[in-house]
Amino acid sequence: MMPVLKTTDLTMRFGGLTAVLDLNLQIEQGELVGLIGPNGAGKTTVFNMLTGVYRPSEGQIYFCDELLCSAQQSLLASSIAKKGISRTFQNIRLFKDLSVLENVKTAYHQHVNYGFLAAITHFGKFVAEEREIEEKALNFLELFGLEDRRDELAKNLPYGEQRRLEIARALATEPKLLLLDEPAAGMNPQETQQLMELIQFIREKFALTILLIEHDMSLVMGVCERIYVLDYGKIIAEGTPVEIRTNPKVIEAYLGGDK
Amino acid sequence: MKKFRPIISLVVALTCGFVLQVFINAGIINGYYDHIMSKMAMFIIAAVSLNLINGICGQFSIGHAGFMAVGAYASAIITKNPALLLPETVVGMPRYLLALIIGGISAAIVGFLVGLPTLRLRGDYLAITTLGFGEIIRVLLINWKFVGGASGYFGIKPYANFITTYLLAMLTVVIIRNFITSSYGRACIAIREDEIAAATMGIHTTKYKIIAFVMAAFFAGLAGGIYAHLMQSISPRDFSFLVSIDILLMVVLGGLGSTSGSIVAAIFLTFATESLRAFQALRVIIYSFMLIIIMLFRPQGLMGGKELSWDAVQSFFKSKQKQDLTSAKSTEGEG
Repeated sequence: MMPVLKTTDLTMRFGGLTAVLDLNLQIEQGELVGLIGPNGAGKTTVFNMLTGVYRPSEGQIYFCDELLCSAQQSLLASSIAKKGISRTFQNIRLFKDLSVLENVKTAYHQHVNYGFLAAITHFGKFVAEEREIEEKALNFLELFGLEDRRDELAKNLPYGEQRRLEIARALATEPKLLLLDEPAAGMNPQETQQLMELIQFIREKFALTILLIEHDMSLVMGVCERIYVLDYGKIIAEGTPVEIRTNPKVIEAYLGGDK
Repeated sequence: MKKFRPIISLVVALTCGFVLQVFINAGIINGYYDHIMSKMAMFIIAAVSLNLINGICGQFSIGHAGFMAVGAYASAIITKNPALLLPETVVGMPRYLLALIIGGISAAIVGFLVGLPTLRLRGDYLAITTLGFGEIIRVLLINWKFVGGASGYFGIKPYANFITTYLLAMLTVVIIRNFITSSYGRACIAIREDEIAAATMGIHTTKYKIIAFVMAAFFAGLAGGIYAHLMQSISPRDFSFLVSIDILLMVVLGGLGSTSGSIVAAIFLTFATESLRAFQALRVIIYSFMLIIIMLFRPQGLMGGKELSWDAVQSFFKSKQKQDLTSAKSTEGEG
């Protein structure tokens, strides 16, 4: 079976700083993989490379056996999204002044088929397609328990619901691979628990492959099947939650070792 | 009922236009007001199109007068030279309308050339580029003898009457409103809200910025063409930086991102400029003072980014009813 995502010797340098060095990830279809590491380990930089926000300094990214990015050529972030990679952000990036429903509708953008002429006249395919988008978006809101909030502005939602909305928006692009950047940041234990269940649920429902960055160990250990540990831009360990928990290198990275 | 709302709005707007034209023909509205009303309609086109870039797409453009100049000169050249571009048999009103479209297309082409290099970048580059562009166009026109240079281009036929300008303004508003409420518009708004998030939703940000920019340039060119045939003479001075600022004011005063706000502000500011003419030198001071007062009390603009819509009207009355009910109840309680 071919891996959904594969990176070979992926490196990112910002001037003299090497944020990520020789990263080799491989994620199979349907896996739920965690990417953990102390602050500043380069986790979000990895996500930014995978989604085309940064162009890697070295190495390649393959998505479903297709070369997505390398130092020589890279796709635009929008083209990568169209291929089927979607993400959320560590510091929530919703369309704040749009309603909850419009946030999700925007994510259907790439599935819209009507042309410019239909858009400015509202004739032709416009009516049917817009109705379909609205229905699909409403379904998503229902799934995430946000249907009562549909006309609320995104910025007025409480924090936990903003997080949920961002995941809903990412899923509405109908991705094959979903990247979650610290989905539990700022949540209390109860909300984290609900989030875990939600992640499990969407994974089964949409047959998704998920890569997740997280600080919250209970969440990572609870849902992930496999974990990569990143420290100073390098992978220092890889394995199942049990293996990671007992790995001395990981303990050292997190708690500091004897010098 | 809801389905017919746009049709009702259209019918109401059309009726208003024709009633006003009848008043003009009957002499109830005199020539002076006819002229001002045409000017209002022209500024509505300019403001609503600029709002598409600045308010909807979130890109800061301050060279709208430059695009108007391109449209004005292009269309005036065509109506003044009967053998140019269009067959000689096309004369009068049809020639005027076609000339307006050609003026719009010229402005759109120029808009594409200006936008292509700058809209790929994020940040304030567009403001600087469009500012420079407006000045370049003005200086070019001053030095172009064929269109009269600095002294101006005279003898343009007064094809622009109230009703055609009004209908063109209506058409512009409908097209831009439709654009905003389509997936194209959602993409533009997403870019305004968060460019990185928009890109990760699969929105080709440069493409949509350029679409909005070129479309706005087209309508600015159209407005310029109307201006030329309304004033009957144009000079590079008419499209100075200050005119761009005037249009920008309409957009900001109306509320960034609100089409109906731009319309209201275009009408209001055109009217204010005209009615302050009597004060001569004081005019600029009063005008600025008025703007400061409005911005102090309503910094989000007249419409505050909201639209005047059926739903808004309905909810306004509903909330008023509720208020009446609760106040009635409370007085009952007191009694």
